[in-house]
Amino acid sequence: MFPACKSSQVCQCLRLVKGLRKKCLPPILHVSRLNSSTSSSPVPRITTHYTVYPRDKDPRWEGISMERFADEADVIIVGAGPAGLSAAIHLKQLASEQGKELRVCVVEKASQIGAHTLSGACLEPKSLQELFPDWKERGAPLHTPVTEDKFGILTEKYRIPVPLLPGLPMRNHGNYIVRLGHLVRWLGEQAEQLGVELYPGYAASEVLFHEDGSVKGIATNDVGIAKDGSPKEVFERGMELHAKITIFSEGCHGHLAKQLYKKFNLREKCEPQTYAIGLKELWIVDEKKWKPGKIEHTVGWPLDRHSYGGSFVYHLNEGEPLVAIGFVVGLDYQNPYLSPFREFQRWKHHPAIAPTLEGGHRIAYGARALNEGGFQSIPRLTFPGGLLIGCSPGFMNVPKIKGTHTAIKSGMLAAETIFQKITDENFHSETAGVHLPEYEENLQNSWIWKELYAVRNIRPSCHTALGVYGGMIYTGIFYWIFRGKEPWTLKHKGLDAHQLKPAKDCTPIEYPKPDGKISFDLLSSVALSGTNHEHDQPAHLTLMDDSVPVNKNLSIYDGPEQRFCPAGVYEFVPVETGDGQKLQINAQNCVHCKTCDIKDPSQNINWVVPEGGGGPAYNGM
Amino acid sequence: MSARVLVGVKRVIDYAVKIRVKPDKTGVVTDGVKHSMNPFCEIAIEEAVRLKEKKLIKEVIAVSCGPQQSQETIRTALAMGADRGIHVDVSGKDYENLGPLQVSKILAALAKKEDVRLIILGKQAIDDDCNQTGQMTAALLDWPQGTFASQVDFQEDSLKVEREIDGGLETIKIKMPAVVTADLRLNEPRYATLPNIMKAKKKKIDTVKPSDLGVDLSSQLEVLSVEEPSQRQAGVKVETVEDLIKKLRDSGRI
Repeated sequence: MFPACKSSQVCQCLRLVKGLRKKCLPPILHVSRLNSSTSSSPVPRITTHYTVYPRDKDPRWEGISMERFADEADVIIVGAGPAGLSAAIHLKQLASEQGKELRVCVVEKASQIGAHTLSGACLEPKSLQELFPDWKERGAPLHTPVTEDKFGILTEKYRIPVPLLPGLPMRNHGNYIVRLGHLVRWLGEQAEQLGVELYPGYAASEVLFHEDGSVKGIATNDVGIAKDGSPKEVFERGMELHAKITIFSEGCHGHLAKQLYKKFNLREKCEPQTYAIGLKELWIVDEKKWKPGKIEHTVGWPLDRHSYGGSFVYHLNEGEPLVAIGFVVGLDYQNPYLSPFREFQRWKHHPAIAPTLEGGHRIAYGARALNEGGFQSIPRLTFPGGLLIGCSPGFMNVPKIKGTHTAIKSGMLAAETIFQKITDENFHSETAGVHLPEYEENLQNSWIWKELYAVRNIRPSCHTALGVYGGMIYTGIFYWIFRGKEPWTLKHKGLDAHQLKPAKDCTPIEYPKPDGKISFDLLSSVALSGTNHEHDQPAHLTLMDDSVPVNKNLSIYDGPEQRFCPAGVYEFVPVETGDGQKLQINAQNCVHCKTCDIKDPSQNINWVVPEGGGGPAYNGM
Repeated sequence: MSARVLVGVKRVIDYAVKIRVKPDKTGVVTDGVKHSMNPFCEIAIEEAVRLKEKKLIKEVIAVSCGPQQSQETIRTALAMGADRGIHVDVSGKDYENLGPLQVSKILAALAKKEDVRLIILGKQAIDDDCNQTGQMTAALLDWPQGTFASQVDFQEDSLKVEREIDGGLETIKIKMPAVVTADLRLNEPRYATLPNIMKAKKKKIDTVKPSDLGVDLSSQLEVLSVEEPSQRQAGVKVETVEDLIKKLRDSGRI
């Protein structure tokens, strides 16, 4: 599974080299495409995953038993983030209050709870307060109340301060700066104490259906499939978990949710979701520069007014002079030469930002996609056998850049609705999997709905010629004065993937080289995320058509995937014989941010879950 | 064969994680960092479980020495097929001083207590790279040892062990009871799948204290400081041999 080593330094060296420069499959696995549009040369086979090449038609799988062990619970929750854990906790709280027994199982793809969690984060404690009124006594890691809140517009050399008047959505009085990964870890401990069965390291890879089409539960990932898609000696099927109702809380752009939207047509009345990518680093700074409780947000440089995005700098107060910094870029950007990672790195050199980092050193890096669609993009939330909570359907308050408080609340509402129904003896479900439209009603009557409705027009107001500044003016007038009560609802631009202009119509961006002290290169950053995957498994970044990356993405858009991936997964390398390039997928580097699935202009990349336990090893991100 | 096998499993920082030295230089940051079972210990457990499946041994006992979280590592061993677990509770200062000598004293005591015929360990742990525990345990028990094993064959009362050594492969025959340490190519460990993790929750893990076993954990070693390796200096290219000699002279090397 790993190279023989006499010392762990050699081990590390070999590991980095193997992981970061993964060789493609040998050329003998060429697959000739009859319908290949431009090139007549054979397309190298890239994708080997069984979701694209089914195993029942694959001769290598003949005779392999595909039976699965199955178990039954009352409620199954996919994803142990703030929403999933809050739902699990609240179910158990209600069960113990009313003396009922409830089996709640949570599956989570990360090897430990909190390892895949990444957020700014500035938490509004109101829903945590509802879940645990005694959160302080229980030791919840909310150590940093916000003491100072600043907002500025950056130009190339200067910073223009913007006053944060009371009533503006960005004001953070009463909130806490948290390390969300640690809060999630704490929630996991509370859940276990209440009797929730937590299974980190096991990814839900398949949704199971009853004969009547309702959701029956999920199946966890199979293990022991080789990189070329054939079964290994250690092959074992995943396990089936059946439940009366399954809660899907996979976070932003979940892969199972993507399938459920199609199957149950949940998005027919809402706008497509739009996203941003958030990149984050943790820095230990010089004590003199450390101001615990201080929050700074900026917009403007290095992005132009048509590219939505901005930055955050949060000074934590947890003992050491730790500062969380990050950069968010809206994924509706148009220039295929834009690299969110490199924008982040060059932003750090701005004269208003660099002094905080000088003399410090970086200890963590990560990235994750986040929702920007808000109210207009909320899909139908329930279907027979299941429902969606948290950032998966997307309850983020975009101008406040907060989604954790709404995620926790949605988990609690789901728990209340579910508990009421499944403990009601007179309740008989029409479908084998329970359908709970009441959850959606309860959510629409809650403060989540009111809050998201009030800010619904702020993000779309950035789509005019005035760009982000138009958005700020709109916020000032309609939100600050009229509190979002205007009778119209603005629309988004459409799918993020369709916003890219062809490369020939755009100018490449000259990014400065990283200096190794404040800005860094991509590969050393990825190493800091601690991400790793079992290398001998099919790449989980699957392509529906292996010929599209070169024929379409590279030729029309100059291969934007090599720029928008914050982990260096996608590389265009020269083919072994002749000219031309091929796409090399370094699946081991993936940090599970989901940006590629969102931004691929051909929508050819389908992110599926790799073997459980793989992915980043974030600690308090 | 009604032999009982003891397998040591160590909870270490996951190999893919970038470690960070603590600001006070007493060690590395472990709080909240991803940990997993030492890869060589996984191979050891796999070998023991395979022996049990071949009905050559009766029971596999998984042992781990450390704080409360070591129980997670034992659970993984149980999910891979071990029958029961023993958690030797060591925390705080004792855990910081826990090294191969202390662990081998504990394993020797357990081996006697549990009437064990075979101890299988990983050849070394990836956090300290000591490669000493197996050898010390064998010495304390006065048992033969087959270290760096890439193949183990049962033969009545003895073991034929193929060892990976610098010169190639060496095959030795050792009488049981014995200590074997697993090298990389011994086997490919199975995955701890979810149904097995659920079953493992019902298997027993006993907690004991080192004092219960009569083991003294004091260490003759004291860690003075832990630092990052110094940054590699950039090299300098020279054009001619004369330049090289001049540079060596200037820096005082010759």
